[in-house]
Amino acid sequence: MRSMKIICPNGHLGFAPLKPKSFHIGVDARPDFIAADSGSDDIGPVPLGDDTCASPKAWQEHDLEEMLLASRRIGVPMIIGSAGDTGTNSRVDMYVEMIREIAARHDLPPFKIGWFYSEVDKELVRSKIRNGSPILGLDRRPELTEKDLDSTDRIVAMAGVHPFRALLDEGCDVIIGGRSSDSAVFACAALARGFPEAQSYYLGKVLECASFCAEPYGAKETVLGEITDKWVEVTAMAPEQRCTVASVAGHAMYERSNPFFEFVAGGMLDMTNCVYEQVSEKTTRVTGMEFVPATDFRVKLEGSGKLGERFVGMAGIRDPYTIAHVDEVIEWARAQARERFGPDGWELHYNVFGRNGIMGDMEPLKDRPAHELMIVVQGIAPTKEMAEEVTMTGTRQLFYARLPDVKGTAGGVSFVLDEVMPASPAYHWTLNHTMAVSDPLELFPTHSAMIGAGKLEAAQ
Amino acid sequence: MTATRLSDLAKTIRSKNAGTDKITFDIIFRERDTYEMVKRSGALTPDSVCRILNVDRQRLTDFVEYDPAFAIKFTILRIRPSGSPGDADIFGAQQYAPFLDVEIEAG
Repeated sequence: MRSMKIICPNGHLGFAPLKPKSFHIGVDARPDFIAADSGSDDIGPVPLGDDTCASPKAWQEHDLEEMLLASRRIGVPMIIGSAGDTGTNSRVDMYVEMIREIAARHDLPPFKIGWFYSEVDKELVRSKIRNGSPILGLDRRPELTEKDLDSTDRIVAMAGVHPFRALLDEGCDVIIGGRSSDSAVFACAALARGFPEAQSYYLGKVLECASFCAEPYGAKETVLGEITDKWVEVTAMAPEQRCTVASVAGHAMYERSNPFFEFVAGGMLDMTNCVYEQVSEKTTRVTGMEFVPATDFRVKLEGSGKLGERFVGMAGIRDPYTIAHVDEVIEWARAQARERFGPDGWELHYNVFGRNGIMGDMEPLKDRPAHELMIVVQGIAPTKEMAEEVTMTGTRQLFYARLPDVKGTAGGVSFVLDEVMPASPAYHWTLNHTMAVSDPLELFPTHSAMIGAGKLEAAQ
Repeated sequence: MTATRLSDLAKTIRSKNAGTDKITFDIIFRERDTYEMVKRSGALTPDSVCRILNVDRQRLTDFVEYDPAFAIKFTILRIRPSGSPGDADIFGAQQYAPFLDVEIEAG
């Protein structure tokens, strides 16, 4: 029976470095592709909105270098999705540039690189709304309005397998993708070699987080997936890890609301009837997956919008009386900000650690605060100057809160730093929606070029 | 009948984002017997997990007993999307703690 192998060394390339030892074992197993996704919406809305990375450049480069050198040495394609955490156009360009630099540094023989973009122009989305093609909300969000769009700074579309396949068909040796479904980064390779959709998407689903489908727990280790027309097998490459029925079945539910269905652009992977079987010590085989093609081709959109500039302050409380009245202390500080800045046009957010700072209203123990509290204050306003002053007011006025029976009249809170600190601007997720498109490649323009001998030659 | 804490029975108790608007909880057992016993106990149901987290039943989007992994899995909508100002847990990774202490009556 014909088969194909892919290795994945990292579930979020750049977020923490891959572990070279298990990666090299994986490369020695002679895979047909080396692939990894480099993005996640876990990192919050700031990197997408601000067009920055959550990952340090050194770690991104470390993994790209390991993967590029291995893929060129054994002569197999390397595929990266969601470049630079968010998959925006600037992050794709940055990864393509890194590949060029690494190739030049190692004097690699010429190879063909392909890349595609995922950013979506707000005006395109607006025209869809105006032409009666609604932008439907996911996770119970309402339909997108033009007002939501106005408050959005940047949008990326989630690519399925289509732009990757187009670049593979063009003969690219290295592919850098914009924002992509993580399973598509792997499924595209299997589909390009003619394997069935169900097995191909399952292969992608199981590989996308690298060693998270193995046990014992240990991230950033390489796993190897093998696909045939009938089954998918996944094998841990780290000597101390194994892919077991429990670890592989368990991974099917990781980071998703439901363990049975995986939605991608173009259809849905149904894992309801999956059967898991331990075929050797480190390998589990999976059968029974199904793929249901979508009747309507819709692409997921992620969007982030800026709320304002942001500063952060911190204040501690040890007095039990003040702890019991911490909400009044906070209200005092808010009132001072209102007095100074008026009723709106700024925001103050308080997280009270030691009481319910992490879980908010979901905290079952919120009525039993600890003997000391730390209040983290975030102030948001249109300019940096104002955000600094809002945050300073919201933090320092905690010190002056007027509680009727407080014994300590020399200051109501403790300061680790008597200052407020600049933070990233505040953003929020404005889009978690889907948009209908007529052509799967419509939102994902592809490009390619030759890299090699220090000379760049456009291939098209 | 004796009561055992869920943290003494489960291999894994975790929470994590499921996209930008939801947090999903996984409670995974090592053996089928323990998994079946916890299911039978009725301590983890759509209603009980909402009560434990003090969230309206409307916010529970999924509740699944997932036999292939000996896991009970449920998902709630966030009050605001992850990483919005005031959200203290961008990854949703520290929301599971109340489940550690859930008491299971061994049947």
